[in-house]
Amino acid sequence: MKIEIKDLHYTYPGGVEALCGISMTIDSGEQVAMVGQNGSGKTTLVKHLNGLLQPTSGCVLIGDWDTKKVAVAKLAARVGYVFQNPDEQLFSSNVGIEVAFGPRNLGYSAEKIDALVKDALALTKLSDKTGTNPYDLSPTWRKMVALASIISMDTDILVFDEPTTGQDALSVGRIAHVVAELKKRGKTVITITHDIDFCAENFERVVALSKGKILLDGPANEVLGKGDVLAQTYVDPPQLTRLGQRMGLTETVRNQEEFLAALKK
Amino acid sequence: MAIVNLQNVTYKYPLTEAPVLSNINLEVKEGEFVAIIGPNGAGKSTLCYTLAGFIPHFFKGELEGKVEVAGVDLKSSALNEWVRNVGLAFQNPFNQISGAKYTVFEEIAFGLENQGVPRDEMNQRVDQALTMTGIRDLADRSPYSLSGGQQQRVALTSILVMQPKLLVLDEPTSQMDPIGTREVFGVIRQMAARGMTVIMAEHKIEWIAEFADRVVALKDGRILLQGTPADVLTSRLLSENGFGISRYTSTAREALKYDLWPKHLHLPVTLQEAVDGFNLTPASRPSPKERGER
Repeated sequence: MKIEIKDLHYTYPGGVEALCGISMTIDSGEQVAMVGQNGSGKTTLVKHLNGLLQPTSGCVLIGDWDTKKVAVAKLAARVGYVFQNPDEQLFSSNVGIEVAFGPRNLGYSAEKIDALVKDALALTKLSDKTGTNPYDLSPTWRKMVALASIISMDTDILVFDEPTTGQDALSVGRIAHVVAELKKRGKTVITITHDIDFCAENFERVVALSKGKILLDGPANEVLGKGDVLAQTYVDPPQLTRLGQRMGLTETVRNQEEFLAALKK
Repeated sequence: MAIVNLQNVTYKYPLTEAPVLSNINLEVKEGEFVAIIGPNGAGKSTLCYTLAGFIPHFFKGELEGKVEVAGVDLKSSALNEWVRNVGLAFQNPFNQISGAKYTVFEEIAFGLENQGVPRDEMNQRVDQALTMTGIRDLADRSPYSLSGGQQQRVALTSILVMQPKLLVLDEPTSQMDPIGTREVFGVIRQMAARGMTVIMAEHKIEWIAEFADRVVALKDGRILLQGTPADVLTSRLLSENGFGISRYTSTAREALKYDLWPKHLHLPVTLQEAVDGFNLTPASRPSPKERGER
């Protein structure tokens, strides 16, 4: 499902203009990372994708639906949104019920709900925690429950707001696995992240926002190599990109494989 | 002299069976910057809460062993005395912001008001603190209208302004943008250089390697390793125990297999060390004979 954002402006009540004319298209099945300074408008932008925020001017199309004309409840069948803080979205008494809540509200059959829940729990490594109260889990696992409860809705588009914040290396690995699997399934995944190494290793397209505008948008190596431009929005290139540049490599590298390959030449 | 002294500290939360901290021994010198690393659930936040006096004064539970900061014993001190020496910035700024203030400026003044600091001095200190952490432009905004990373800067500033002897930080940059993170590490380094002692739980290995004096690796409530960043962060024990390591270290370790990292060199933890090591051309690398190998 294609996403089209046309000259999107948004001003918060109180007068802070968070988005100042964003235009972009995201094709079906793309994996896009959004990076940029705190307060650059990343969360404000993605909250427009499922109608949580309505444009002050301009428009957002999800497939053929204009988010201004379609109810949030209906948009939920096309766009799943995982909040930055899992505690803002979890409320059920156990993990199984929590993960079934989304698909149940989309009106799927009992059989389909069961299959979707099982799949989402397996993908997030939660299968052994079905009967546990989410609040008896550590914040790391609550994050996985938040992801599972959106994955189970089987939407074409998934939006993750800073999924790796406060997560340890093992958990970041699990989240990377989720992103890779969703890619295989042809889902569109849009992730906001400050973890630029995670971004470099798992996303092919990177959009850098600055002060409510698009600063850079393109293939990961192209965007992540522009350290001087990224600095305007308080983003450093990935560790191995910086290392490659300091060593005078001609091409931009962004992960271990590319770095070692360039070194062997 | 040690300003922080933990001896055989073991702690169990109420209603739990297993201790979250087991037999922790830690001495920290005045002006030292110590980073605590560890997988989620290792006990990092619990250790922060203990240093800040929330354990045992707020969370209750069973605390064994000795906790001393600036010569004061935790168990025999009241929380309102303890906080004169120790300040804690929470992992989630939302849990820390008072909710009683309309602007960032007032929020940052809140702690000083409670200490009865005179008005002129208060204004001056808040002003300095705002400048130091780079949030002067947010002074008149509501703390709740800010982004996650901006709120984190407010939370940190509102503790820094109180000038505690011991600054305890629980993942203070988790929601910050990358360069913001680096800047905040720099500010914390400066505070340590001026004599403030800092203990920080963090996952961001690159900046720990760059800025911290010492690293304590915590796993299942126990200290697995401690020492200089160069020693601890290159230990194989870390990857074997689910700790994150920097890409410089992991890539150099992988490069060793292809003879692309000089065998006689310590694995790198910082960008500069990685640049220096990888820049040694194969010709300039010592041969196996020169390394004393057969």
